[in-house]
Amino acid sequence: MVTTHRFDAVVVGAGGAGLMAALYLSRFPQLRTAVISKLYPTRSHTGAAQGGIGAALGNLEEDHPEWHAFDTVKGSDYLGDQDAIELMCREAVDVVIELEHMGLPFSRTPDGRVAQRPFGGHTRNFGEGPVRRSCYAADRTGHMILQTLYQNCLKNGIEFFDEFQVVDLLLADGRCSGVVAYHIRSGTFHVFHAKAVLFATGGFGRLWEITSNAHANTGDGPALVFRRGLPLEDMEFYQFHPTGIYKLGILISEGVRGEGGVLRNDLGERFMERYAPTLKDLASRDVVSRAIMQEIREGRGIGGKRYVYLDATHLGREVIETKLPDIADFARTYLGIDPVHEPIPVQPTAHYAMGGIPTTVDGEVVRDAANTVVPGLYAAGECACVSVHGANRLGTNSLVDLVVFGRRAGLAMARFCLEADWPALPPQPAREAAATFEALRESDGPEVPARLREEMQRIMQDQVGIFRDGKGIADAVEALRELKERYRRIRVQDKGREFNTDLLEAWELGNLLDLAEVTAVCALNRTESRGAHLREDYPKRNDAEWLKHTLATRREDGCITIEYKPVVITRFQPKERVY
Amino acid sequence: MLKVKLTIQRFNPETDAEPHYRTYTVEVEPTDRVLDALHAVKWYQDGTLTFRRSCAHGVCGSDAMRINGINRLACKTLIKQVGTDITVEPLLGFRIIKDLVVDLEPFFAQYRSVLPWLINDEPPPERERLQSPEERERYDETTKCILCAACTTSCPSFWANPEFVGPAAIVNAHRFLFDSRDRGAAERLARLNTRDGVWRCRTIFNCTRACPRDIPVTEAIAEVKKAILYGGPEQV
Repeated sequence: MVTTHRFDAVVVGAGGAGLMAALYLSRFPQLRTAVISKLYPTRSHTGAAQGGIGAALGNLEEDHPEWHAFDTVKGSDYLGDQDAIELMCREAVDVVIELEHMGLPFSRTPDGRVAQRPFGGHTRNFGEGPVRRSCYAADRTGHMILQTLYQNCLKNGIEFFDEFQVVDLLLADGRCSGVVAYHIRSGTFHVFHAKAVLFATGGFGRLWEITSNAHANTGDGPALVFRRGLPLEDMEFYQFHPTGIYKLGILISEGVRGEGGVLRNDLGERFMERYAPTLKDLASRDVVSRAIMQEIREGRGIGGKRYVYLDATHLGREVIETKLPDIADFARTYLGIDPVHEPIPVQPTAHYAMGGIPTTVDGEVVRDAANTVVPGLYAAGECACVSVHGANRLGTNSLVDLVVFGRRAGLAMARFCLEADWPALPPQPAREAAATFEALRESDGPEVPARLREEMQRIMQDQVGIFRDGKGIADAVEALRELKERYRRIRVQDKGREFNTDLLEAWELGNLLDLAEVTAVCALNRTESRGAHLREDYPKRNDAEWLKHTLATRREDGCITIEYKPVVITRFQPKERVY
Repeated sequence: MLKVKLTIQRFNPETDAEPHYRTYTVEVEPTDRVLDALHAVKWYQDGTLTFRRSCAHGVCGSDAMRINGINRLACKTLIKQVGTDITVEPLLGFRIIKDLVVDLEPFFAQYRSVLPWLINDEPPPERERLQSPEERERYDETTKCILCAACTTSCPSFWANPEFVGPAAIVNAHRFLFDSRDRGAAERLARLNTRDGVWRCRTIFNCTRACPRDIPVTEAIAEVKKAILYGGPEQV
């Protein structure tokens, strides 16, 4: 049974970007908007963001959007598009004020303004020293953004389709005409006929073994777009956050270092002084993650093991309990240690996709290096690549990205919907997705999906992680292709219709395998080191050949082809990156 | 590694008339989460086992369930806290959809009923509205709510009367009632000053014990009751 709905605009994903877009769409009463989410909106992974949202409010010291833009460009290792970055840093100030007006309970300065703290890579006056730019609500800023946006969506009466999994993107004659979704509870298919569709489906950290990402972060949006023959941009750039809880990968916010916490090796040495003499522990994430791995490689992990200490014991109980309460709770719950008295064992954890679905600054999805827009299709947030993060994202800039580009996408969709006529739906729009699901449900092969997923995660961790080299990546590409072959012979045990999460996990695994392959192929292709992409066989950044974005497209025969798109440079010429 | 016996309440809406229990044995570390044990069953023994989960570290609120009779998040409960003989059941008071998954639609309807958003029609200033750290602190605890439903489904008053708005909704009303920027107190308090509003709370404290975010839920409810009696929330 297939149900068909008709909405002017459909937002897929109910995290920060999706909800912000929906809120802006709701300002146009003549437009009908639906939000589809595979989770209840408040479960979205935006809620896990901790440390803050960057904006040059200058509440505690002088700051300017231009400084923020410079830091972002430098953080991106000069791969970010500077026109988009300048725009984002300018609008960041405005959106933070807007969030406050919506009710977001920011922490406050003594005179009642939004509180700000230092964060990795954020500096005053083009790199002179740390600046207080991260606007925060204790260490649950993402939680408060998600709650506030959801609350405002409810206030505005936006229609939600909770626990609906998007399973197909409908394109006809190069234009988007909607999506197909699977209602998890009933196991039925729903066609959403729409003039404009936004993908705001989040990241795909579940490609790796150690990750800060939720189980839901399986890259469904990028995988669907890729399968429909549209390109993905800069997939080789994936960020490892320096401080995940040892073995679990649970995020320990950069806010800990922002408040004065330091990293120490087995000798008790504050080793970041050697790697980043100016910013030390507040250097950008790629630099800090690499430094930690280098210490571990050279035998200075704690007790020779694969972790170092994040030491916050000198901050005192007051700072930890009031500014970092959730972090303290994580350490107590999962490690049984009190960060007031003991250092926290940490290791880098797969955290954030810089790459994704290529878009314009208005969230319009583009299909090629000439930025040809796919009418009616939009993307924003982590699943998109504008590109403002380039080869490495700065802390706090993901939340900025969500709200700035969520808002811009929502407005652009509204403009488009007011003018565009209705696209035709393809005949039997749900047929393909339903056939895929039916085949998966009936699958009864020898392969266990969870085992394939674990093998994929280990390959990605070991060979397409922080340190990479040509041979390792090439082997990984081969191994991933074998896994994809084996995926065709999996077994789904649950044959039921209602709330079949066994089936959904198997489908999500297919998305992860596709994204793993394209990530590895792009990593193999880029023979230089830049930002989060470190090739030990090509250890230097190579601007002459590689100051360009990768666009990877899958042809009908399954082969991945790569083309390139120039980086937009406005005012900051590439130079050597030292922190 | 520890051998753990997991007894899980099962219900398949397509074949079962009533829920029943099934026992599994898994090997886990004492420092693993109960969620890891559930995954060990689902991924390697019985793919039909159904539960919600996402973040796996206690911030998204998906995996609230009864573990040895107490409402907890499976991802925030370690094996060593609950022993090697573990019973897992769905939350009480909402209809079971399948296994550990319950129907949360009524829960979110309760949440929406208290107008959980900032109400303030005054034109905002150009910059942020000012709020002192003391005013911000006044409602800090109730901003922590992740809507996991552990409190509401631990409340005997709610079990007895599903029309009761429940602790979670009151916590979220509190979050706005005591926010110095909010102007919606009268409207919100009117909704809570009803038969099925705050007065169904009998200060049993189950909600406070169940909250995985350590929100002093019963205290927050008491403050809302006081606000009704005194004609408005007491500000800083």
